[in-house]
Amino acid sequence: MPQARQTSIDPREVERFSALAAEWWNPNGKFRPLHRFNPVRLAYIRDHVAAHFGRDPRGTKPFDGLRILDIGCGGGLLCEPMARLGAEIVGADASETNIEVARLHAAESGVNIDYRATLAETLADEGEKFDVILNMEVVEHVADVDYFIEKCGEMLKPGGLMFVATINRTTKAWGLAIIGAEYVLRWLPRGTHQYEKLVRPAELEKALEQAGLSIKEKTGVVYNPLADRWQRSKDMDVNYMVLAEKP
Amino acid sequence: MSERTPNARTRRKSGTDTEAQSADRFDVLIAGAGYVGLALAVSIAEARPGMRVMIVDAAPEGVWEKDGRASAIAAAASRMLAQLGCWEEIAGNAQPITDMIITDSRTSDPVRPVFLTFGGEAAPGEPFAHMVMNRDLNTALRRRAEELGVDIVQGVGVDGFEVEGATVSVRLSDGMQARTRLLVAADGVRSRLRDMAGIKTLHWDYGQSGIVCTVAHERPHNGRAEEHFLPAGPFATLPLMGNRSSIVWTERTGDAERLVAEDDFIFEQELELRFGLKLGEIHVEGPRRAWPLGLTLARDFVKPRFALAGDAAHGIHPIAGQGLNLGFKDAAALAQVLVEADRLGEDIGAIDVLQRYERWRRFDTVQMGVTTDVLNRLFSNDLGPLRAVRDIGLGLVDRMPGMKSFFVRQAAGMDRSAPRLLQGEAI
Repeated sequence: MPQARQTSIDPREVERFSALAAEWWNPNGKFRPLHRFNPVRLAYIRDHVAAHFGRDPRGTKPFDGLRILDIGCGGGLLCEPMARLGAEIVGADASETNIEVARLHAAESGVNIDYRATLAETLADEGEKFDVILNMEVVEHVADVDYFIEKCGEMLKPGGLMFVATINRTTKAWGLAIIGAEYVLRWLPRGTHQYEKLVRPAELEKALEQAGLSIKEKTGVVYNPLADRWQRSKDMDVNYMVLAEKP
Repeated sequence: MSERTPNARTRRKSGTDTEAQSADRFDVLIAGAGYVGLALAVSIAEARPGMRVMIVDAAPEGVWEKDGRASAIAAAASRMLAQLGCWEEIAGNAQPITDMIITDSRTSDPVRPVFLTFGGEAAPGEPFAHMVMNRDLNTALRRRAEELGVDIVQGVGVDGFEVEGATVSVRLSDGMQARTRLLVAADGVRSRLRDMAGIKTLHWDYGQSGIVCTVAHERPHNGRAEEHFLPAGPFATLPLMGNRSSIVWTERTGDAERLVAEDDFIFEQELELRFGLKLGEIHVEGPRRAWPLGLTLARDFVKPRFALAGDAAHGIHPIAGQGLNLGFKDAAALAQVLVEADRLGEDIGAIDVLQRYERWRRFDTVQMGVTTDVLNRLFSNDLGPLRAVRDIGLGLVDRMPGMKSFFVRQAAGMDRSAPRLLQGEAI
């Protein structure tokens, strides 16, 4: 596995990145919703990857030897757990800043992650191949969902898995995920999500099938305010996750 | 400065020694090798053999072996000990508590009417509690800890610690330095680490002390525990193996200190007044000590990469005999939270992981602390009207089988929100 690349940026920049890293990784700060969301999506990924590749989900490094791509990795909230579970993980993000932040934090945590400031299309054209691709909270931000999913599908090895987590385009989602989370609760900065860019499960499934993948499983994810915890649910009206396999 | 590293056995176990791993040498470092620290270490090591766990304890080697006290262990805690592979070793010397009576009386009353009796099985064939010698409990937990590759270092305390990124750098009293992802303070009610972490406590002093000693008596106790609510505070007798009982005797602190300083003859006379002669002649065995009683609750149970467990988080009045059982609950809950987080690849020292433990345990702890506090205030007095009210209350509980079995289940530590280990399941 390649070492996290050394950066040659000036100290003032590093300071700015450290402040940003602290913000990304503060579970009660600006990215609190992602931190709260992390356990439910981690459990979903771990359980399905372990079952699919015949690993013990309770073992020490159940993802040992699996090459995993996290697209839109941000500050590395998913990459670090994947690395600790034993995966050979590539974290890609379009933002150079996010990648610097993620690298800095990974070095501090002592985990090995190959972070790259790049796009899914570029990685696909470079001929990268993966056992598992994570598209978590990304498709609602891309310009062309069908094209994006198709390029991701190209990078999947036969028998590989693709996880997609996103927000449905329903009135309920508009009320909860945009008005509720951005304007009322201020969990997310205003403008994080635009209603018309949200993706319905049927649209996502069509894109996945066009990319030659078959849908294996899907689940809704709902917030339980009493336990302050996200949990899986049949209700896919707002947050949902879809799992697809490349035959 | 030199670094304390995992011993050869631990290092072998942890497999590949990459650069990343040597940067954080321990996963969990526990200060305090009492039953809470030991149970936590064993619970984690049993479920996650790859995790590196070390315990440091300021007391010199061998001090724990001189502890002659006994503790009441609820059924849930013995299920946990069984799950951890320790109970079998303890069971041979454990005295089952098969029933329990509670009276409300004055010291001088010749006959103490019984208001409440608990005939107790948590499940068929399983007594709701056992009396266990602290030494036996410690021996079994230590043996298991060592089998699982946990280092236990006696005579080494923690002088200070600082959170540095993803690890805590811990200064040890032997001049060594250790790095760990999580530091746990299980160093008792006067926890030094709690102070170092800047965690404040709420404290109520009862002005009472508990005199603890062991008595030998002529006739068998038949596994019966008794609790007499005397005006100065509760007087409890708990059955030990053979014709012996453990005494927890509450008096106002000044009186308690005077009593333990008296010569044997006078102490035994006073004890006999309270213990009675129903089991024949009594004789005090070994030392007697008075422990000041109070209720101490930590305002926070966790900080980044730092957690409190057991009496360091909550020291409660021993009236309900729940201090040790709360400690086991902490160990079981913290171990479960950490193991589940580690199985997801989460950072076990991150505050959002530790807050799961805090949320889980705090409610239960405050509830137990307040209940025992109220019980104590209600019973440690000799006011006529209050006596009448509480006696009617106890009498009612005695006549309502549903209530009683609820209390027995509670006393056995079996509620549905309990950590898996306390329900006798693996994490």
